[in-house]
Amino acid sequence: MVTESEIWMYLEEVADPEIPVLSIVDLGVVQKIEILDLSCEVTITPTYSGCPAMKLIETQIIEKLIEKGIKNVKVNLVLSPAWTTDWISEKGKKKLLTYGIAPPVDEVDKSVLFAEPIVVPCPRCSSEKTRLVSQFGSTACKAHYQCKDCLEPFDYFKCLR
Amino acid sequence: MSATLFEYVLRIGDDSLILGHRLSEWCGRGPILEEDIAMTNIALDLVGQATNLYDYAAEIEGKGRNADQLAFLRFDREYKNLLLVEQPNGDFGMTMMRQFLFDAFRKLFFESLEQSSDHQLRAIASKSLKETKYHLRHSSEWVIRLGDGTEESKIRVQEALDTLWRYTNELFYQDDIDQELIQNGIAPDLNHLRKDWENLVSNVLNEATLEIPNNNWQHQGGRKGFHSEHLGKILAELQYMQRAYPNMEW
Repeated sequence: MVTESEIWMYLEEVADPEIPVLSIVDLGVVQKIEILDLSCEVTITPTYSGCPAMKLIETQIIEKLIEKGIKNVKVNLVLSPAWTTDWISEKGKKKLLTYGIAPPVDEVDKSVLFAEPIVVPCPRCSSEKTRLVSQFGSTACKAHYQCKDCLEPFDYFKCLR
Repeated sequence: MSATLFEYVLRIGDDSLILGHRLSEWCGRGPILEEDIAMTNIALDLVGQATNLYDYAAEIEGKGRNADQLAFLRFDREYKNLLLVEQPNGDFGMTMMRQFLFDAFRKLFFESLEQSSDHQLRAIASKSLKETKYHLRHSSEWVIRLGDGTEESKIRVQEALDTLWRYTNELFYQDDIDQELIQNGIAPDLNHLRKDWENLVSNVLNEATLEIPNNNWQHQGGRKGFHSEHLGKILAELQYMQRAYPNMEW
């Protein structure tokens, strides 16, 4: 009989398709795991409404659990509560940084249109002199920045709350 | 009740789909790479929102139709989007102005819809609101940059505002469908959003040194399925694959 914590461990092995350095558990998209007699239900939530990776994540969860001998896996997709970058684990944030993606920093209220820009340190040289190139980067969840010191362009995992 | 809710959800979904499609027309044609990526990102958010709304509409309808069938297999008169979102892209200034007028409305709308008594609409609203805040910030910044920019950019974006302003009254269109759902606590009363929208929009337009036109003529009809000539052309492209190869899947 498999336990819930074992399933959490197995899902640590499922990589996010777009940022493979993170597992789907690090990313915080796994909401709930329920063990029923001989089956298991995993509830996930999308990062963004149009995230094209959800279908693949679902397939990968099922494949991983079948590989671990758990048949009858059901994956539910829920929208509520809405995903937030606060759910990215501390471990996940460190992995992002090592990978060259600046992790989300606490941000001023987005509803204020003309607030001071936030400081996003460069993941390469840690300089705080960086500039926003574009609010929208290589995927919906990232913005595009450049470091003014080492000149490295980099992705910033933007804060979503 | 369920027919009313179906129609209501479809209207919001159609706004997202048609604007998302419009923005996707910029793919590979953006004035700079960053904006090409930004517009397609926003398009993706909007199409994602449309998918969530169509999934829900299909469930409410309960006739076995799915989100794809709602998106691809209806006739033009069955689409209930606002006329604003189907207007042609024009130049980049026109696209940003259209986006700004819509985003400002959408942000306030989703904030109110988050209070809906309908659980799924609440969920979709709070998900979409987070995305919409980024869209609004992006479009506002461009409106300001272009309006308070060069002589040429100012002329163009002012023209865009003059052209699009006549579609803004329809943002607040309400009929029996809305009234019924307002009474049930499902839909927000759009009249309550109007003042906030006007303030938000005029703050940005002032900053952009643009002038709100005083043409009072306002178009409407989208919510009833009466569209401008542009929707048919959008649908010709949007629906081509499903019409030519019925039931095809990616």
